[in-house]
Amino acid sequence: MKTHGIGTMRGYLRSDGRKGIRNVVAVGYLVECAHHVAREIAIPFREHDVHVIGFPGCYPNDYADRMMERLCTHPNVGAVLLVSLGCESFNKYALERAVRATGRPVKTIVIQAAGGTRKSIDEGRAFIAEQRALLDAAPTVPMDVSELVIGTVCGGSDGTSGITGNPAAGRAFDQFVEEGAACIFEETGELIGCEHIMAARAATPELGVELEASVAKAARYYATLGYGSFAAGNADGGLSTIEEKSMGAYAKSGASPITGLIKPGDIPPRGGLYLLDVVPDGEVRFGFPNINDNAEIAELIACGSHAVLFVTGRGSVVGSAISPVVKICANPETYRRMEDDMDVDAGRILEGKAGLAEVGLEIHDLVVSLGAGARTKSEQLGHQEFILTYKSFEPIGPACLPAA
Amino acid sequence: MEPERSLEAPLQEEDVPAANDPRLLLLNDGDNVLVARTRIAEGEALRVDGTEIRLAAPLSIGHKIARRDIVPGEKILKYGAPIGSATASIPRGAHVHVHNVKSDYTPTHHLLDEQAAAGGKA
Repeated sequence: MKTHGIGTMRGYLRSDGRKGIRNVVAVGYLVECAHHVAREIAIPFREHDVHVIGFPGCYPNDYADRMMERLCTHPNVGAVLLVSLGCESFNKYALERAVRATGRPVKTIVIQAAGGTRKSIDEGRAFIAEQRALLDAAPTVPMDVSELVIGTVCGGSDGTSGITGNPAAGRAFDQFVEEGAACIFEETGELIGCEHIMAARAATPELGVELEASVAKAARYYATLGYGSFAAGNADGGLSTIEEKSMGAYAKSGASPITGLIKPGDIPPRGGLYLLDVVPDGEVRFGFPNINDNAEIAELIACGSHAVLFVTGRGSVVGSAISPVVKICANPETYRRMEDDMDVDAGRILEGKAGLAEVGLEIHDLVVSLGAGARTKSEQLGHQEFILTYKSFEPIGPACLPAA
Repeated sequence: MEPERSLEAPLQEEDVPAANDPRLLLLNDGDNVLVARTRIAEGEALRVDGTEIRLAAPLSIGHKIARRDIVPGEKILKYGAPIGSATASIPRGAHVHVHNVKSDYTPTHHLLDEQAAAGGKA
């Protein structure tokens, strides 16, 4: 095996024992009405790891509360600034308390109390300048690959995704799982048709039943909405049905046994391979489960992902706030056209220039290098997309996380 | 699911069953479709399952053609798994896509007709 610099990874140690590979200041707006002020506060620091996240809704939502808490206490986050308009329903008091309890510096600016836009921006920028200086001087500690949590998502998929990029990401996952890391794959709506083969990989038969049920729930949910998790561009790229897309997407999970099923904001209790159930529970309520790829990326990060592997065939350009996104391009024609946005050229598997194992190792090593100072293409380009919308979930059942 | 056909090593000529043109990929022995490994021009002669066919329309990378004649209602098999059902007769070598395949779960949303009307621009 090629050396992959395990000894060179360093992280920021947090009070819960987790380590971050970034030391980001998160600026969280608590309603859309505070978004502009949050963005203005962050703009002078756009090259300096200050990321804007937030929730646009004015009505309360338990899922959004939990997502914001998990994101603000993510190991890649070192300090938090919350921006409230003042009259929204979001429980800013509870969020600030939860962040403070982790030992992170946190401040809430209420625009109506601070005296409006300009005063809020000045106050916010002063806090960030102060925090940034402290975070830049923060010590790091050695970090092992087994301490990583890695998510995977595919977007802008085409007929090449399931042949090159997704199985290569699956190989990287296999290696990470073997090394003790936690790996998370997701989008049960894109596992439709794969539920039985997937259930056969479950650590216990009871977990297998839960895995199948999560896909059945997704099939019902999407059937009610009248669309599958399938975009017009998928068809341009040669994918004919959701089942075909699913078979390709499923390859991202690799070949390891499935350790557990989690929901957004659940942090894997130990290493292994986890399915993230992203489809809401209960009756169809707030619309599509995830309105775009970034909604899924935010959920993977809320589960503690230090980095997210993003496989694309058509050519997505997105990154994310909080955690780096590694772009794996499945289609060699797309790679040639959009090389500046892509970290890995998996299309060379199709051209006969590389094998799956080689590209899988390349992905693995690239993720490890992110803990040793390397930056992904989307980070270098300043991509910090973020979206969070309304959802509702029930807690996972006892069969979802079988004992080791 | 991972393709049964190993992509462990770089693809070599001898890896590709002689029955099929090397520009086509058979992902599983049980499949009734082949995947284009590269863009293939209209009118090209292709060996498909031991028979010479002429490609009726350009084939984009990642798109599928029938490995053998497929009858209406028959399951389309890729990666060794059903990915939908044929809605028409599909002769060997013909493009297999949304015009002749439907999902057994949720209908496929696409803009291919709009795209054709707009002059074929993606």
